[in-house]
Amino acid sequence: MSSPEDQGPAPPRLTSSIRFNSLVLGLFALVTALLLATTYLGTRDTIAEAEREAAQRSLLEIFPPDSHDNDLLDDTIPVPKPYWSTLGLDKGGDIHVARRDGRIVGFIVPAVAPDGYNGDIRLLVGLRPDGTIAGVRVTSHSETPGLGDKVDLKISDWILGFNGKSLGNRRREDWAVKKDGGSFDQFTGATITPRAVVARVLRTLLFFRDHGGELVKAAKKATPAAATTTNSKAD
Amino acid sequence: MTDQSQYGEIARNGLWNNNPALVQLLGLCPLLAVTGTVVNALGLGLATLLVLVGSNLVVSLIRRQVSDAVRIPVFVMIIATFVTCTELLMKAYTYELYQILGIFIPLIVTNCAILGRAEAFASKNGLLPSTLDGVMMGLGFGAVLLVIGGIREILGHGTLFANMSLLFGPVAEGWQLTLFGDGQGLLVAVLPPGAFLVTGLLIALKNVIDGQIARRRAARRAPVARGSKRVRTTGTIS
Repeated sequence: MSSPEDQGPAPPRLTSSIRFNSLVLGLFALVTALLLATTYLGTRDTIAEAEREAAQRSLLEIFPPDSHDNDLLDDTIPVPKPYWSTLGLDKGGDIHVARRDGRIVGFIVPAVAPDGYNGDIRLLVGLRPDGTIAGVRVTSHSETPGLGDKVDLKISDWILGFNGKSLGNRRREDWAVKKDGGSFDQFTGATITPRAVVARVLRTLLFFRDHGGELVKAAKKATPAAATTTNSKAD
Repeated sequence: MTDQSQYGEIARNGLWNNNPALVQLLGLCPLLAVTGTVVNALGLGLATLLVLVGSNLVVSLIRRQVSDAVRIPVFVMIIATFVTCTELLMKAYTYELYQILGIFIPLIVTNCAILGRAEAFASKNGLLPSTLDGVMMGLGFGAVLLVIGGIREILGHGTLFANMSLLFGPVAEGWQLTLFGDGQGLLVAVLPPGAFLVTGLLIALKNVIDGQIARRRAARRAPVARGSKRVRTTGTIS
């Protein structure tokens, strides 16, 4: 591309061209880095906001804004380590606490069904203090489109079938898909996915029946911190 | 050099004759992976168009300043910058779509169509033709994405333009056309093999159309040529 004339005399030509090329490369690296930094700084807040909104959406679907008065996203207690495996979590997680006028009105417990047709199905199980299900949502899955993905509320409202059910108002045998003698519909051509979801929700309920008291205790202890975060949010 | 016919040629090349998806067969990985629905296809198509135009423009601007030895690293740097900026912007303003398209946005860097156009066209041509080439190649690629996305969405989900609000906001809430009920879709259309089948059919269709055009053109030219030849032949023999 460059003619010999603008490269200078013959012996130092190689060194000078190396120097020139490195300079060009360095210059470009600098300019592109600057450009990236500007874009990053310009979009950082919008991205954080978008991520927050997305994370909040499922939580607010389970406990709508008028059912509680705290910030669901920030008001959390960690899942105690001994129960990670019970809930299928391999990296732990946070339980979101819903409060109204300082009273606990519910918990949103993360759980993972590892036995989906295509790997993990991540769930959020919303529970009222009495052990009734407030709502279940699938936050991520890779089930077959058109078959297993009906657990996703965007595709079908199957998942709403959990609402209001509890260990108290359903027999133990009902917690299974119809094919296995339970009361939950399976999908045409896909039994594995709903079976995995129902099983994990049941185990979450059993976990809450046995250890819900500990969660309430932990949530009560967490109140002051949560209150300050809520206040700082309001500022 | 910079006359009307050259621009027409660039447009025809990008959109049809040398279409990146159907003729050059470049960038097939995202093409096959994200064309399950129209909105996904449109999202990736627009992102690719943006990067392609930007990189062609800048590459053409700096083509005299960068020597051959370092041009490829410089091109890659330029493309990577545009892709990262696009990714950040999508994350900021169309977060849900960004999550659906996921890894395929950063992977635009490796879309050979983009480096291909930078190397084959923008590094040898002026600013205006290079930008136009980027626009036309991007549109050609995007159009194929859209058609495949549309066909797969109709066959697989029975809908068209579902979830367009991911890209256009609440205005697009009611754009969805439902052609037939849920669960009656052709599952294979949504799965990866469907992408290959539809793409293959589109390439075949393009070849059929091209063949038809060529035959018609030949037919229009042929009688004249044959006639004159025959006259000449009889002339020499007698």
